[in-house]
Amino acid sequence: MTVAVNSVPAPSPGRRPVQWSSPLTYAIALAVAAVSIAPVVYVIVGGFRTTPQIVNDPAGLPDPWVWDNYYRVLTQSDFWRQAFNSAVIALGTTLGVVVLGMAAAFVLARYSFRGREWLYTFFTLGLLFPAGAAILPLYLLLRDLSLINSYYAVILPQVAFSLPLTIVILRPFLSAIPRELEDAAAIDGAGRLGFLWRIVLPLSRPAIVTVGILAFVASWNAFLLPLLVLGDVNLHTLPLGVQNFSSQYTTDTAGVLAFTSLAMLPALLFFTLAEKQIVGGLQGAVKG
Amino acid sequence: MTSASQTRTPADGALAPPAGLRPGARAASRRAETRRKWYEIIGLTTPAVLIYVLFVLVPMGFAFYYSLFRWRGVGPPTEYVGFRNYTLAFQDPIFLDALRNNAIIVFGSLLIQGPVALGIALLLNRRFRGRSAFRLLVFVPYVLAEVTVGIMWKLILTDGGTLDALLRSVGLGGLVQAWLADLDVVIWTLLFVLTWKYVGFAIILLLAGLSNVPPELNEAAEIDGASWWQIQRHVTLPLLGPTIRIWMFLSMIGSLQVFDMVWVTSVPAVRSLGASATMATYMVDNGFFARLWGYGNAVAVILFAISFVAALLFQRFLLSRDIEGAITRKGK
Repeated sequence: MTVAVNSVPAPSPGRRPVQWSSPLTYAIALAVAAVSIAPVVYVIVGGFRTTPQIVNDPAGLPDPWVWDNYYRVLTQSDFWRQAFNSAVIALGTTLGVVVLGMAAAFVLARYSFRGREWLYTFFTLGLLFPAGAAILPLYLLLRDLSLINSYYAVILPQVAFSLPLTIVILRPFLSAIPRELEDAAAIDGAGRLGFLWRIVLPLSRPAIVTVGILAFVASWNAFLLPLLVLGDVNLHTLPLGVQNFSSQYTTDTAGVLAFTSLAMLPALLFFTLAEKQIVGGLQGAVKG
Repeated sequence: MTSASQTRTPADGALAPPAGLRPGARAASRRAETRRKWYEIIGLTTPAVLIYVLFVLVPMGFAFYYSLFRWRGVGPPTEYVGFRNYTLAFQDPIFLDALRNNAIIVFGSLLIQGPVALGIALLLNRRFRGRSAFRLLVFVPYVLAEVTVGIMWKLILTDGGTLDALLRSVGLGGLVQAWLADLDVVIWTLLFVLTWKYVGFAIILLLAGLSNVPPELNEAAEIDGASWWQIQRHVTLPLLGPTIRIWMFLSMIGSLQVFDMVWVTSVPAVRSLGASATMATYMVDNGFFARLWGYGNAVAVILFAISFVAALLFQRFLLSRDIEGAITRKGK
């Protein structure tokens, strides 16, 4: 595949000093940023209004500000259980992707054996199999395996569908680790597995973080697979929760706004913390 | 397969047996070493191969098998109908509407997001104070779940909602539409929301691609008297080609699969009339919720085949050049 591969980019060298640029640049940057963020701000602020306020003046500001909606969502709804489910599934997916992807990519990068390129092509083929198209047979398979209504029903397929891209990102990174390090490890008595554990793993932390974050965010936002395989309300994840809450309480606009804001919050926080890795990962996956 | 060429692998027998052993013992230890190597290879790859085969490849195979039956999903499928499910799909006007809607989303995304993102990226391709904050803000829509974004816009676009109020307050009340309920309008509304969500992704990708263009080239062109526009057209754009094409590829595949946003934003009634259905929502509506499993799987195969052919064609005609580019650039 061509969605390859240049490991994780180093931060660009600060070649020139940061400077104040032309007003045009700022006008454009501000406009684009405002368009991107305004609806999100609207939803968060709207959560501080009451439904009658919203009905009377849909575009107004809170007057007065009320905390009741957020309080209600945080204390009375299934928000916390759904956040917990989302977290378990996202962490499980991330762990599975990193462990399995790392093991396979290590073999594909550092062992020479017959059929290696064939195996790599076999994995990259998966990039052409979108999860969306496979969702119905996937449901039937999970049903036959009696996995419906369990965390595994979401975790296992998500791991499987993330593996191709993970391997495509990790393999060149692992290949680039100098041969000399492996020889040195061998002289010190470490086998290839010792080399993997003690040298490759610590060295590939940036690549692992990138791959892990991409898997985590994809899992955290997933909707279609949980919608089909998690019929049990107690197992619902946040995206399902948002959808349910909004269709259940159609008249409680303020409540829906508050619930939606709170559901966005973890993703926003997580993203703010990990923005460099996400952008870096995408950049790495796209650099030809 | 660009990465294959640059993969360096340690030769076999990195752990050479100590010299001075008898030749027989040496051969035996080499054999043991080979065996151990294969144990490691098999042990490390098997979990990934198993889960990948079971959950990615096997389901697509079964989809084709199920698609040849009329089947309600209970017990094994028995009523073989050949390719009738496929002909039925292509005779259903709602499915044809879904195909049209997917086409609108694919081409609409490419034609709107592409030029907009390119223009913004070119204009912002300079260091300015607050650039990283800008990147953060522009990327927010992309990171939020499609479901959350869908609900959010649904609240804004609802009849007599915020957008309508805003339009009326600036005297554009004549533009007010039933954004999500009017059968002729809804697909364009969805296209707008999808554009809002994904244009930031395109901008970030292109900015990243631009940061790989060596500034010396622009400076050289400037010294030679090229205008800003000429530099963009003849220096920057060609170098940005691979990034643009890969973005197009990702955008196209994503647009063909779009589900979440459409599912939560448009009312089921509007969807069932075809006005806002996509192939994926049509597949889930018919296969999962109406329990027409054979038929739904036929739609899944069609969706997969269209994505697959589109991906192959795209690769064949557009991405092949990038592979050459990638290889030649390795030399630097």
